[in-house]
Amino acid sequence: MISVSALSLGEATRTFFERLYFGDKPEPLGTATQLIYSAVIVLVMAVPFVGTLAALAIWAERKVAGHIQSRIGPNRVGPFGIFQSVADGIKLIGKEDLIPAGADRTLFRLAPYLCFAPVFAAFVALPFGPDLIFEPRLNVGVFYVLAMLSVDVLGVILAGWASDNKWSIYGAMREACQTVSYEIPLGLSVIVAVMAAGTLNMADMSRMQSGGLHTWLIFSNPFTFAAFIIFFIASLASNKRAPFDLPESESELVAGFHTEYSGMRWAFFFFAEYAAMFVVGAMQAALFLGGFHDPFGLVGHFHAKYSAAGNNAGIILVNVAAAVIFIVKACVIIFIQMWLRWTLPRPRIDQVLHGCVKVLLPAACATLLGAALWQLLAGPAVARVVSMLLTAGGVAIVMIVATWIAYAIVTARRVRPRLSEPAPLQ
Amino acid sequence: MAGLFYIFALTAAAGAVGVVLSRNIVRTAVCLLAALLGLAGLYFSLAAEFIAVVQLVVYAGGTLVLIVFGVMLTARVPTAHLDIKMRELVIALCTGAVFLAVLWGGILTADWPVAKASTGAADAQPYRIAKLGEALLGDYLVPFELASVVLLVVMIGAAYLAKARRK
Repeated sequence: MISVSALSLGEATRTFFERLYFGDKPEPLGTATQLIYSAVIVLVMAVPFVGTLAALAIWAERKVAGHIQSRIGPNRVGPFGIFQSVADGIKLIGKEDLIPAGADRTLFRLAPYLCFAPVFAAFVALPFGPDLIFEPRLNVGVFYVLAMLSVDVLGVILAGWASDNKWSIYGAMREACQTVSYEIPLGLSVIVAVMAAGTLNMADMSRMQSGGLHTWLIFSNPFTFAAFIIFFIASLASNKRAPFDLPESESELVAGFHTEYSGMRWAFFFFAEYAAMFVVGAMQAALFLGGFHDPFGLVGHFHAKYSAAGNNAGIILVNVAAAVIFIVKACVIIFIQMWLRWTLPRPRIDQVLHGCVKVLLPAACATLLGAALWQLLAGPAVARVVSMLLTAGGVAIVMIVATWIAYAIVTARRVRPRLSEPAPLQ
Repeated sequence: MAGLFYIFALTAAAGAVGVVLSRNIVRTAVCLLAALLGLAGLYFSLAAEFIAVVQLVVYAGGTLVLIVFGVMLTARVPTAHLDIKMRELVIALCTGAVFLAVLWGGILTADWPVAKASTGAADAQPYRIAKLGEALLGDYLVPFELASVVLLVVMIGAAYLAKARRK
């Protein structure tokens, strides 16, 4: 009776890498084989990937912060200070692991893992390439990633509660009300993309956007364009990224929910945060920005060609290229998140909630209604013209912003105040 | 996949026992999380992925967060403990016994279609989320809309009560 399971049901559509690993045998896999396969994937691919990613993201954040504030940022450990996170990690391992006397010891220990594990689990559904998705048969992939991001909140709240510290509790309370409210616009904006794609499966969703720039869902209709912006703002809040970093606002709450944490437990929260940033960026890439497809549809074209020819080397090459494209897209989103963090000031908690309930939520509802009406009423010809216009507009916006930034970089002077040569008083 | 079934079932059962035995509300919530995760795992292993994910979003990500939030708002931190009176214990035991009896009776008398369904590769994916959506917005539209109206009533009522309290 129990043998009717998701994994044995999916035999008909065994993934490319499962076929490479197990061969093309039709008989179902045993529990042990399946578990070993999963463990190998997790240990060889997922753990090093997430670890490297988080370490590089932390280094990049400090570098971005430095340049935005006319500093240089970390530059001592390795070229451009790229190994700074490794050095920090070694330092953190050596730190004393403190637990406050009044803390709930079990929950205090549990909280960092509860924060980290769901983000890690979300990677299962992310489509890195045509065949580079761990579970392409997960029909509710989009919803699953959202679920993992919402479970992640509980770790932060428990950390704040278990610390027995008033600053931690304030941080945890802010996290609770902020994420619970911003989850609604986040979910609604995802639904707009899902309606345009007609599927919740991340692999199918990526396949839909394979035909080049104008087939990307962000350019599908005006409402998906709006939904992308709403998703970006809501994802900042649900990830507690600045300007929504109230749970750890260091100017008022010491360090918020992780005030009492030190050493590796503290580091786990940051691994979770930077991994979640990637997950959110990857969601935006997969849902709106064409997933792992390049703007010209080459990945889709070559994958179809090599699949038809049965060329395994070619398929692997296409997958690697697709993964690079996907990661670059997610990293661009991560960069914009960092850019905003070091540019915008932090609002108060009432302003944050006001912004959600009275601005973002109505906007998300209107977008959802508009998208539904669009799907019903817009004819194929109109849809095509509008999608082309949106694509042209989107490309124009990106070009203008890129030119502006390039101009600013070329013409900027780095101001270096010198104590020995004070400016003359007027 | 019998091995996975036992892992998930044990997690769910241990979490449920923890919910009943723990006196600290926040720890109860964490035990409930274990129970919910175990159940979600069971749903996943039965290929009912949508219900598994809904379980995680609604209960683990929503209800549990609100429970802990409520505790933090109302209780003084070191004393978030439950005091159970004898009367409550008796009522809870009676409710539990009746529920168990109903459930047990249902399990014993039900006509289980599972053994018949798992025959061949034709029904490789019996559980399609698209079918669920069509059912909710097609055949079962009226109950679905009624449920959402009930939820709306609850929300408006809660907002009204909260506003009345403030004046």
